[in-house]
Amino acid sequence: MALLKSSKVIYCLGNISPSLGVLSTRNSSWWGGVQMGPPDPILGVTEAFKKDTNPKKMNLGVGAYRDDQGKPFVLSCVRKAEAIIAAKQLDKEYLPIGGLAEFSKACAQLALGPENEVLKSSRSVTVQTISGTGSLRIGANFLARFHPGPHDVYLPKPSWGNHTPIFRDAGMQLKAYRYYEPSTCGFDFKGALDDISKIPEQSIILLHACAHNPTGVDPRPEQWKEIADIVKKRNLLVFFDMAYQGFASGDIDRDAWAVRHFIENGHNIVLSQSFAKNMGLYGERVGGFTVVCKDAEEAKRVESQLKILIRPIYSNPPVNGARIAATILNTPELRSLWLEEVHGMANRIIKMREQLVAGLKKNGSSHNWQHVIDQIGMFCFTGLKPEQVERLTKEFSVYMTKDGRISMAGVTSGNVRSAKEKTTGTATLPLLNKITMKPTAALRNLSLS
Amino acid sequence: MFHDACASQACVIHASWWGGVQMGPPDPILGVTEAFKKDTNPKKMNLGVGAYRDDQGKPFVLSCVRKAEAIIAAKQLDKEYLPIGGLAEFSKACAQLALGPENEVLKSSRSVTVQTISGTGSLRIGANFLARFHPGPHDVYLPKPSWGNHTPIFRDAGMQLKAYRYYEPSTCGFDFKGALDDISKIPEQSIILLHACAHNPTGVDPRPEQWKEIADIVKKRNLLVFFDMAYQGFASGDIDRDAWAVRHFIENGHNIVLSQSFAKNMGLYGERVGGFTVVCKDAEEAKRVESQLKILIRPIYSNPPVNGARIAATILNTPELRSLWLEEVHGMANRIIKMREQLVAGLKKNGSSHNWQHVIDQIGMFCFTGLKPEQVERLTKEFSVYMTKDGRISMAGVTSGNVGYLADAIHAVTK
Repeated sequence: MALLKSSKVIYCLGNISPSLGVLSTRNSSWWGGVQMGPPDPILGVTEAFKKDTNPKKMNLGVGAYRDDQGKPFVLSCVRKAEAIIAAKQLDKEYLPIGGLAEFSKACAQLALGPENEVLKSSRSVTVQTISGTGSLRIGANFLARFHPGPHDVYLPKPSWGNHTPIFRDAGMQLKAYRYYEPSTCGFDFKGALDDISKIPEQSIILLHACAHNPTGVDPRPEQWKEIADIVKKRNLLVFFDMAYQGFASGDIDRDAWAVRHFIENGHNIVLSQSFAKNMGLYGERVGGFTVVCKDAEEAKRVESQLKILIRPIYSNPPVNGARIAATILNTPELRSLWLEEVHGMANRIIKMREQLVAGLKKNGSSHNWQHVIDQIGMFCFTGLKPEQVERLTKEFSVYMTKDGRISMAGVTSGNVRSAKEKTTGTATLPLLNKITMKPTAALRNLSLS
Repeated sequence: MFHDACASQACVIHASWWGGVQMGPPDPILGVTEAFKKDTNPKKMNLGVGAYRDDQGKPFVLSCVRKAEAIIAAKQLDKEYLPIGGLAEFSKACAQLALGPENEVLKSSRSVTVQTISGTGSLRIGANFLARFHPGPHDVYLPKPSWGNHTPIFRDAGMQLKAYRYYEPSTCGFDFKGALDDISKIPEQSIILLHACAHNPTGVDPRPEQWKEIADIVKKRNLLVFFDMAYQGFASGDIDRDAWAVRHFIENGHNIVLSQSFAKNMGLYGERVGGFTVVCKDAEEAKRVESQLKILIRPIYSNPPVNGARIAATILNTPELRSLWLEEVHGMANRIIKMREQLVAGLKKNGSSHNWQHVIDQIGMFCFTGLKPEQVERLTKEFSVYMTKDGRISMAGVTSGNVGYLADAIHAVTK
């Protein structure tokens, strides 16, 4: 009979029973010291939303596109691609470590443009990844292992919440540069240039290629040019995160403009791409990580090391989503259909922005809501404070992230309208009334700076 | 060294961040397939990677998988993000498959199972979890030899690797005495990794009475047991028999951690379907552990891929499909057993003087031939027979059509 020496449990912070019988082995615990962790700030919102029984609840948390009925939207081009793939009755063999070649190639072409000199000279490597998060993490791990400069990653203030643990868990340090100006709900261009100009040489700067998450505030092209110049002066390694190509303006080339400008400008960037939003492939986990190198020889060396890094994380990436994305990108009619559908999604969001602002004006709001229209992409940075956010959730079952970010994709013509059009009497107030102090006394206390 | 000294626009194109990045070697296992693909010899055989082939040497998609896919396609489901821990119907069925649906652990909800990126993803999540939370020494003891990828998985997660004796080259069998001897000396609260069945690369598994003694000594040493079960169903053809060791250890009071893969037993390779389970003291602890697993997973890939999990869940949870699956797994295991017998028969027929009994005794997809690196190289160069350098061949790549050629080739380099 095995004995647990209670004196040896100093290592284990858990609750090991001192008794020596067989039954006490059931009480032994390796994980007594493991604390309950908090729910994810973004994904946890959906978890909480699901548990809410209020029929009027709204999930404006996670950035997942919804159609105008508030339903998840699977693109037609995706369904068509799936039918094509199903008919081929393909096998399910392992992909190479770097993923499906037809996908990686098309992925790079989408970002850079098919005629890009980088692609023609084969001086980049693109690996298929587990969507955008997987791409960023592979990148972070690669930098942690190989970046010759300071291991400091400068994020815009604010940035997507998950950027911080991604880089931190990979062993990098996090720093920040000014980005969002709360007083204008816009871009703090002076502050950004000022901070970037002081970043130590060869540090890493992360830039959101388009549709900045969470603010929706993007630099204008002339501002991007100045940023590119100062970044070059400081000799920084540029890490572009492009999770919304096509989703921001509705035009994939326009949304990739900054990425392409930096490359043209001589930056050998690293780039993360996601197809979660622009192809609606969320759960299929489709993404890419690209390293633009000095030449083809360097690209081969980098590729070999990316594979060595990836193999002990997940061996090779999932095949299904990559086949769908590759089929769409590489089949002209599907690609055209896709571009239309992306345009349509972006347009619906723009329309919701306009309707929300129109509704707020109609309600007589005295605040300036122009930022709701100026901001771009899926998200709107409302400017609401954490206490206000909490009340919206607790009192009205409107779910958003604590930073006041709402996903416009979760807004529909059905829930953006004023309360007067509701026929259900004491139904939950639609969104715009919730944030403009009508009609209850409690709401009057909400104030937006 | 990071950029040219000249300041003109043209030479910025020569700037290089990655000048110090060396060319790395190809993966020892997956690299074999890469080399195989380039070979133009019509008689070439790929016995490298452990991917099942039918008797025509073709990749095999199980009927139960095709049927499950049809069911899923008809539902026209959305592609929303799964929860961080994956598809609940999958994780639940995954745990039940390993532990048995009536297991006390499941009834008392004292375990957590998260969906992972197949077996590798499961092992890596486990390794990362141990690196962050294991209260004992961060030493992981692997059997000697073990699957090649175990080492970088644990090492890149920040753990130290050590080993215990396992394979006995002189018998091509299990070094039971050596294993017990080494395990008895492992410092308390270290981590021991055990292959649940169909040991990779050797195919050598302990017998039940040997497993019992191992469980006892591991308990005496108070070691944390990490089971890697990548071949449940594939080893003996029977899923419960293949899970016997895992279930015995749990019954014996070990609160194990467990990695499962559905790559082989469901042929879902590229869909990347797996699970990671932590058996805890009680339901409250399981909740704490689950919360930390999610915090760990979110900055790696946010949430796992939906497609393969839906297929696996459909199969496991639909009685007719589950039955069909069990038959097909049995069939795959049987074909491999038959190939083992035919290979040995062929070697004998060729007049080989060596004892090839181990080819029949070893279990699962792989056979540890005992071939030396020079012999392996000759097999590849002269006969276009591809295998990993350690002499491991994937029996799944052997067919009734090429087993004779293989017997000839092996005989040629060993006579």
